[in-house]
Amino acid sequence: MIAYISRRLGALLVILFGSSFLLYNLESLSGDPTESLRLSLDPKAKYQLVQLINQLDLNTPAPLRYFKWLRGILGGFTGHLNFGMTRDMHTVTSQLAGAIPTTIRLVTTSALVALVLGLMLGIATALRQYSRFDYAVTFFSFLMFSLPIFWVAVLLKEFLAIKFNNFLAHPNISVTWIIILSVISALFWSGIIARESKRFLQIFGGVFALNVAFLELLNAIHWIENPRLGPVVILLGSVGIAYGVTALSTGIENRAALKASLTMAAITTVLYYPIDWIFKKHSSGFVIFILAVLTIGTSVLVGLALAKIDRRPVIRTTIISSLLMGFLILLDRLMQTWKLYLSQDGVYGRPIPTIGQSDPLLSSTDYWVNTMDRVTHIILPTVALTLISFAGYVRFSRGTMLEVLNQDYIRTARAKGLNERTVIMRHAFRNTLIPISTIVVVDLAGIIGGAIITERVFGWHGMGTLFNQAITSFDLNLLMGVFAVTATLSVLANLVADLLYTALDPRIRVGGGK
Amino acid sequence: MAFKRKNLAIKETTGENAIANLEVAGLSQRQIVLKRFIHHRGAMISLFTLLFLILFVFSALDNSFLFIHYRGWWHYSINDTPDLLNCKNGAIGCPTLSLNPFSGKFGLGAHPFGQDNIGHDYFALVMRGAQRSLLVTFIIGIVAGTIGTVVGSVAGFYRGIVDNVLMRFVDFLITIPSIIIGSVVGYHFGNLGIAFLALYLGLFTWTGLSRLVRGEFLTLREREFVDAARVAGASNRRIIFKHILPNAVGVIIVSVTLLMSGAILLETALSYLGFGVVAPDVSLGLLISNYQDAFTTRPWLFWYPGLFIVTIALTINFIGDGLRDAFDPRQRRRITKKDRAEATRIKKERESLS
Repeated sequence: MIAYISRRLGALLVILFGSSFLLYNLESLSGDPTESLRLSLDPKAKYQLVQLINQLDLNTPAPLRYFKWLRGILGGFTGHLNFGMTRDMHTVTSQLAGAIPTTIRLVTTSALVALVLGLMLGIATALRQYSRFDYAVTFFSFLMFSLPIFWVAVLLKEFLAIKFNNFLAHPNISVTWIIILSVISALFWSGIIARESKRFLQIFGGVFALNVAFLELLNAIHWIENPRLGPVVILLGSVGIAYGVTALSTGIENRAALKASLTMAAITTVLYYPIDWIFKKHSSGFVIFILAVLTIGTSVLVGLALAKIDRRPVIRTTIISSLLMGFLILLDRLMQTWKLYLSQDGVYGRPIPTIGQSDPLLSSTDYWVNTMDRVTHIILPTVALTLISFAGYVRFSRGTMLEVLNQDYIRTARAKGLNERTVIMRHAFRNTLIPISTIVVVDLAGIIGGAIITERVFGWHGMGTLFNQAITSFDLNLLMGVFAVTATLSVLANLVADLLYTALDPRIRVGGGK
Repeated sequence: MAFKRKNLAIKETTGENAIANLEVAGLSQRQIVLKRFIHHRGAMISLFTLLFLILFVFSALDNSFLFIHYRGWWHYSINDTPDLLNCKNGAIGCPTLSLNPFSGKFGLGAHPFGQDNIGHDYFALVMRGAQRSLLVTFIIGIVAGTIGTVVGSVAGFYRGIVDNVLMRFVDFLITIPSIIIGSVVGYHFGNLGIAFLALYLGLFTWTGLSRLVRGEFLTLREREFVDAARVAGASNRRIIFKHILPNAVGVIIVSVTLLMSGAILLETALSYLGFGVVAPDVSLGLLISNYQDAFTTRPWLFWYPGLFIVTIALTINFIGDGLRDAFDPRQRRRITKKDRAEATRIKKERESLS
């Protein structure tokens, strides 16, 4: 194994060397950075030209210059990493250090949402193959697949930001929208659940009525102006989470797991006011982290106390459900900040911005207001990126799930008399995750350098912006800096994906197999 | 009816694949693929939509194609600047297209998609943009498809050092994201014209395809029919083109369609970023890029080019999906009541024969 990894790493270095050499020469051949100065009639241009040639070291031929650049990179091994200078005399390293966190912040949320949504929809459609729901999701995902992101972005800015902000000025859901939203949700749920036309109508009617009632209730209590969950909804939500997570993870017949999760739901509700008070007094990322650790600790104790045998799945279930419950409390806290956030300077009651990473006029030092600001700024790019990328996951996980469901071990599991939940969740779902986990790794690496258009449309300053700047101003060092990061990540991700595959699927061996 | 021919070829009609087997019994590989493709409703609708769109778009404007000049049926060209028409609520250059048969002005009108800032007919611009996008799509498809197939076949067939050299070269290219290559290429060669841009993009986008083809060749070259051909004295060229390639054609066609739907989005993205098609020429991405700020005041400048991009990409994607289903022998079509009835009928007929 170690021999295999070191051989692969050696090959990676060669590949990186080759492709960077290729790109460096391609870019330096493809145009002349001095062109505008040479054509200029300004008397000072001649002097500036000499200066620029010296600065960019243009008298050295490109292939040789590449090795000078490479020496700077290899200096990283001795602690003197040198990516060179950009054309406006910043170090490339500092530019990259500023851009990478921004890009990561931009892409992680959307990657997570796309993955979770895509997996859920893909598996749901595989289980309901050739149903109306399957056809609808297939069409929708192909549609998303065919959308140019800049086009989606403009539509989102118009409808999700400008129009939605107008709506928030007088937040009262109109009858038309209530009906439209309820029909969509009713179609969705009846499509998933119902198999026959009769049941379809029943479920459709039920979900539709519930939805209308729910939206009318929101209108009646002016929830949108002053959103919060409150202890009652938290209790109901927690009990729902307890049942849902238990049903999926261990099966509802596992009484110990259900009891443990329900205990955590009770604890969550009891501690709602104290935790809210803590959040009001001391709030920071660190406090949230400590509380999360405490939550996990408590759920382990509760799980240990309630389960006598087969403790691991019980504890796992309890941890998952209690973390989700904790998330409910966080959400509630954030919602309570909404009204305060609306009244801030720079927000002016129009909370969903169309551009930027954060509000420069925001003067509040309150942790929750600032968190809210980040959340509102990341909504639009996240929705755009998610819509574009989740279609691929839907198609892929549907295909994989269908393939897995045809395998012999699924038939064996059914023949053993296992119930459908165990067959799907334990045998089919886990095996579906193997190929998906490997493409996720590669996708994540690719997405770091790939959000060029999104960053531009939404005015974020990440890797894409740097890359754009590098191309348009012939900034070879900057371009190579961006490339070094993205290319290294992508080859490493490919290696990790291969290793992950062998780790997850014991049938596959790498390196000739011994 | 064709039942009798099918009937004779049926070997096994029991087991869970019985109905599916009955369906394909007695048909050649090509007939099965064709039949499955025709039965894929989404793919067929998309195929006809795309063909119609191509005819519609290319016949609209005056054009010259391989030294043949022809006149289009649309009365404006992209260089005409007719007077800007006023419309009722103070805006100028609104679309005159009306699809409501009761409004009294049903039909295209003077400028169905409206006019841009200086009065250019937007329908003509969108048609030209769509022509460009389709052209780019097909050129990239042909160039990348050819290179990818040839490189993949050679690497997979000859293996050894040839394979190693070619695949390491592919590794180099794959590490550079396509949008980076596209931008570098587009920024410096975009002004040479759209065909050159597409050609250059095609030179860099074949890598994924070549890997797939190589994999297919590696497994196919070990099969018995290849050994048989070799024993019979067939040359390498003959084995590659007559024996292996026809068996790999499914994989190739499917991934070329996917490559093409990716290509149209790549071109629009590059034009949007300003690295693709440049100013006097028009492309759908460029139109959207020019008028994205006009969305609130004159949304039609934004809607129509986008709709054309989405339609082209969507139809190509659906055709690719239909082809994938058709070529994949493991894919079983939904067994409908009609299929069941036909299967029982064939079975009964067979029983009465024996």
